[in-house]
Amino acid sequence: MSLGGARPLNPFRWLGGPLLACVIATMLFSAPIRVWGLHLPEPVFAVVPAFAWALIRPSILAPFAILLLGLFLDLFWGGPTGLWGLSLLVAYATVLAARNMMTGQSRAMMWVWFAGVTAVAMAAGFLFSMLDSLATPSLIGVFWQFLATALLFPFAHRLVDRSDDADVRFR
Amino acid sequence: MVFREGPLGDLKVPLTWTAAVALIVAAVIAVAFLLADRRETLQDHAYGVTRQTVDVVAKPVSGAIAAPGRWTGLGVDFFRGYLFTASENRRLKAELSEMRQWRDRALALQDTNDRYKALLGLRTDPPIPMASARVVSDSRGPFANTRLADVGSEKGVVVGNPVLNERGLVGRVVGVSTTTSRVLLLTDIASRTPVMIDRTNARAILTGDGGPNPKLEYLRGVDPIQQGDRVVTSGDGGVVPRGLPVGAAVKGLDGRWRVVLFADDAAIDFVRILLFKDFAQLADEKQLLTRSLPPVTTEDPQASILGPVPAARTGAPSKPVAIRPADAPQTSPKPTLPKPVPPPAPEAAR
Repeated sequence: MSLGGARPLNPFRWLGGPLLACVIATMLFSAPIRVWGLHLPEPVFAVVPAFAWALIRPSILAPFAILLLGLFLDLFWGGPTGLWGLSLLVAYATVLAARNMMTGQSRAMMWVWFAGVTAVAMAAGFLFSMLDSLATPSLIGVFWQFLATALLFPFAHRLVDRSDDADVRFR
Repeated sequence: MVFREGPLGDLKVPLTWTAAVALIVAAVIAVAFLLADRRETLQDHAYGVTRQTVDVVAKPVSGAIAAPGRWTGLGVDFFRGYLFTASENRRLKAELSEMRQWRDRALALQDTNDRYKALLGLRTDPPIPMASARVVSDSRGPFANTRLADVGSEKGVVVGNPVLNERGLVGRVVGVSTTTSRVLLLTDIASRTPVMIDRTNARAILTGDGGPNPKLEYLRGVDPIQQGDRVVTSGDGGVVPRGLPVGAAVKGLDGRWRVVLFADDAAIDFVRILLFKDFAQLADEKQLLTRSLPPVTTEDPQASILGPVPAARTGAPSKPVAIRPADAPQTSPKPTLPKPVPPPAPEAAR
């Protein structure tokens, strides 16, 4: 089988780079800044690679990279360790299971899929947080974080697009 | 390649299956982390050390990220102060004249309070030392509400210390390294703080839920709270001192009583950490740790606490004897053998 113009996926290009970008973006948005009494939004940037990595190709490294990213979020935000790791893996598994339905969809439809996957991650976080703390998190707070995260779809789209001309043997 | 020449060289595992196995393994690790999570109790273990290391590394990075925002805020404040000096001056003069009345009243009340304390012989709380800190990062999500402050154990901060800003209580310290402290905000879902309604002394537990206004739970009594009531810490349990301002009571859309935090009105970037060490600081720790216990004294059987033994029972009149420890004989009492009891007479038995 000839690969033609396709090039293999560089692990740093599709795993390391986005992982690092998520870490930096998370740290940037955690700055204690308040404008007219309002805080900066706090989107979960890690949902972007969790969505895109599963869509690009099934991988052995990607789940562990997502776990690493989730652990970083828990340690950096001061939440229970494992909460975001598990929630992001649930989102990743959802995309992995539904990727056959997602490929080839329009950009608008993919945005809807991304919002759905974000909702799955937030619902998982809500459930695990409730079980861990034995208290119900604020639904309004969950909604605002969902909204801020769902707006990040262009970054996920860009990440998928960058790997579009890569080795397609695994698709 | 060399591994292709082995017996497993021709083994081809579908990538989807191996990816699924990797996903399951990663999920199991995440579940194990979540089940083993102990944010406050494992400070000296690998768990606490990992968190402390992350905080130590995050402090300079987040501090550098936050610096431009802080400088911009200072610049805006300076510019605003320059533009609105006249109106600010008028407002401050009005506030000052009002505050003078409050000052006179406070001085009179303090004088009365001091006299009451002297009359009652009350032992009041000692002044609590505090450490000022700058906040370098702030997480505000629904599942974690914490801040990272730039002072740590080198300034005497320990886990459990309450944290305030100039308006009210912010939270408490849940993790400390040498130069950083992790502050759990009152709004965090894991936060529980004993509070009371200032007007009625009704107790409640302030419970965070990740939203901006924490809930008041376990509120008891008949009509214990009204809209706008001031909520302060109760000091119950010794976690935080009594009387720290927390916020004002409001009725939420869900029908629950919630608290609008006073701390939200203040700047976000500076806090004060109270180096509060529970009620134990009122006691002399050296005296508590002493090993030499006072000698054990037993009651003298001749001096009953019930008073003199009636003469009818003993057959002879006796005087009540007052025994003082100094007068008591120093010799140890001789053990006395019990006398055998004679068997009852047959007539008496009948």
